[in-house]
Amino acid sequence: MSSRDMVILSYRVNPEDFAKAGDASSNTKKVLKKLGIPSDITRRVAIVTYEAEINITIHSNGGEIIVSIDKAKIEIIARDYGPGIPDIDRAMEKGYSTASDHVREMGFGAGMGLPNMKRCSDEFQIESQKGKGTTVTSTIYIHD
Amino acid sequence: MDNYFHSVVLSEDSCKGCTHCIKRCPTEAIRVRGRKASISGEKCIDCGECIRVCPYHAQKAVTDDLEDIKKYKYRIALVPPVGHGQFDTGTGLGKVLKAVEMLGFDEAYDISPYCDIASAIIKKHYLEEKKITRPAIYSDCPVIIRLIQLRYPDLLENVIPLVSPMEIAARLKKTDIANKKNFRMGDIGVFYLTPCPARVTSVQVPVGISFVYTDGLISIRKIFGSLSKNLRELQSLEKVEGYEFSGRGLKWGTIGGQSHSIGSKNYLAVDGIENVINIFEEVELGKLKKLDFIEAYACTGGCVGGPLLVENAFVAKTRIKHLADITPSPKLIGKEKVKELLDTGLFTWTEEIKPKKMVSLDPNIGKAIQKMEKVEEILEKLPGIDCGSCGAPTCRALAEDIVNGRAREVDCIFRLREKMNEINRG
Repeated sequence: MSSRDMVILSYRVNPEDFAKAGDASSNTKKVLKKLGIPSDITRRVAIVTYEAEINITIHSNGGEIIVSIDKAKIEIIARDYGPGIPDIDRAMEKGYSTASDHVREMGFGAGMGLPNMKRCSDEFQIESQKGKGTTVTSTIYIHD
Repeated sequence: MDNYFHSVVLSEDSCKGCTHCIKRCPTEAIRVRGRKASISGEKCIDCGECIRVCPYHAQKAVTDDLEDIKKYKYRIALVPPVGHGQFDTGTGLGKVLKAVEMLGFDEAYDISPYCDIASAIIKKHYLEEKKITRPAIYSDCPVIIRLIQLRYPDLLENVIPLVSPMEIAARLKKTDIANKKNFRMGDIGVFYLTPCPARVTSVQVPVGISFVYTDGLISIRKIFGSLSKNLRELQSLEKVEGYEFSGRGLKWGTIGGQSHSIGSKNYLAVDGIENVINIFEEVELGKLKKLDFIEAYACTGGCVGGPLLVENAFVAKTRIKHLADITPSPKLIGKEKVKELLDTGLFTWTEEIKPKKMVSLDPNIGKAIQKMEKVEEILEKLPGIDCGSCGAPTCRALAEDIVNGRAREVDCIFRLREKMNEINRG
C-alpha cells in the first residue's frame, strides 16, 4: 500500500443522536495526541470538530465530518445534507441561534457554535445551499 | 530502567502475567511481556489503580518504614483526615493522634486545621480576588496534577498554585519547632501518614516546588496493626486532649469536602480517575467556563478511597462525615492573615509546571503520520475485541507497539491462529 503521508479520519453524524455527539472530537483528539501535535493546536481542532458535530446533530438531516492531517496542517470538513442555513451572516453572529427550546433545555444552542469554530480556525469557509446542505471547512496550521 | 521515579513498583515474583492491571491503567502505561507486567515510567501517574486491582498484590508502593524516623532527633507525624476513617467513630480523634505518637513520634498533628488554611487561601485570595482562570482547579491529589501535565497541559493555567495541606503543615511546624525548641531544620523529621502512593511521588519528585519539607511517608496500611494495638492500650482513658482539629477540615478526606470548606456555590466535585478524565475533556472544549471551582480526586470517594488504606471507602466516608459533624470548626483565617501567609512565599509554587509530552508514535510529526497509517493497516487485521491476551490493553495499543518494534503481530492469539492455519494449509 502506498503511503499518502496523511491521516484521514471520517465520522458519520446522525441527526438528534446526542449520545454519539462528541465521539468524533474525542477520537480526533486521541489521534492528534498520538501524532505529537502541539496541545494548543489539538485543543482548537477538538473545539472545531465538537461544535461541528453538535451543529450537524442539532440542525441537520445528518452528515459527516472528515479530518485530514498532514505534517503542515489539519483540515476539518463538516458536511451535512440540509436543510441549509438561510442567513449565514446572522448565523455567524455570537449568540444568534435557531435551535429549538427542547435543544436549549439540553444545554445546547447558545449561538456560539459557528463563531467558536471560526475563532479556532486559521482559515474558515462556509457554504450553504437551501434545501441541499451546508459545508464548513476549517484549516488549522501546525506551527513548531 | 529510566529516569522516572515512581512509588508504584512491580514485584516480578508475584506477577502472574494476567491482564487486570493493563486494562485498568488510565494512561495505558502497563504491558505484559514474557508473562510479566512492566510499567512505563514515562506514562505512569502513580494513581495506584493497578495496586488496587491486582489479585496477586504484585504491584506495590514504595513508602518509608517506622525505622526511618529514627534518623531524626525530633520526629513529627502528620495525620490526614482519612486516618480517622480507619477506626470506629467512638475511638476519638485525640486517641488516634496519641496512638500515632506511641509509634515513636515526639508529636503528632492533625492535618484538618491546615486544610482550613488552604480553604481560606483558595477562597479569599484565588476565588474572591479572581486570581486564576475559571474554572479554577485545585487538587490536593498529586495524580490530578500529573494527569493535567500529561494529558491536559492547556489546563495548567486553571490550576491554583498552592501547596498541599500536608506541605502547609510541614512548613509551618518545622519552622516553628526549629525556632522554639532550638533544633536544626535537618534534625526535624516530618512524616505524613499516607493513604496513597501518589503522595510519595509528590515528595520524591515534587511538582511546582523545588524543596519539600515533608521528609517521609508511611503507608497507613502498613502501620494499621500497630495503631490498633496502641488504641487498645488507650481504651481505658476517657478522652485524650491537647490536639487541634477542625470539623470543616476533616471533610477534605472525602469528595466535596474542599468545595464545602471554601463555601463555593458554583462548584463541581469529581472523583474516580475515569470520571475526572471525562470532566477535563469538557473543560478543554470550553464547556464548563461558568463554573467557579473544580475539585478532583483520582480515587473514588476522594482520599478515603486511597489504595494504601484498610477500611472500605464508603464505611470510612460515613465515619468521617460523622466526625466532621460533631467536631467544632474554628473560623477561617481572614484576608489579612491570608495575605500575610502568601507574602512569605512559603505556600505557593515556586517552579513553573511544564507540560509533559504525551508519548507520541514518533517525535517527528511527519514520521508519526506515516506510523499512524501503518497502525490503521495493522488494526484492520486485528480482531478489535481488546481482549488483552497479547499483553497490550487494546488492539490499537498493540498495533502501536508493533509499529514501534515493541511487539509482533503474532502476539495476538487470533493472528497467530490465522498464521498457523495458513501454514497448515501449506
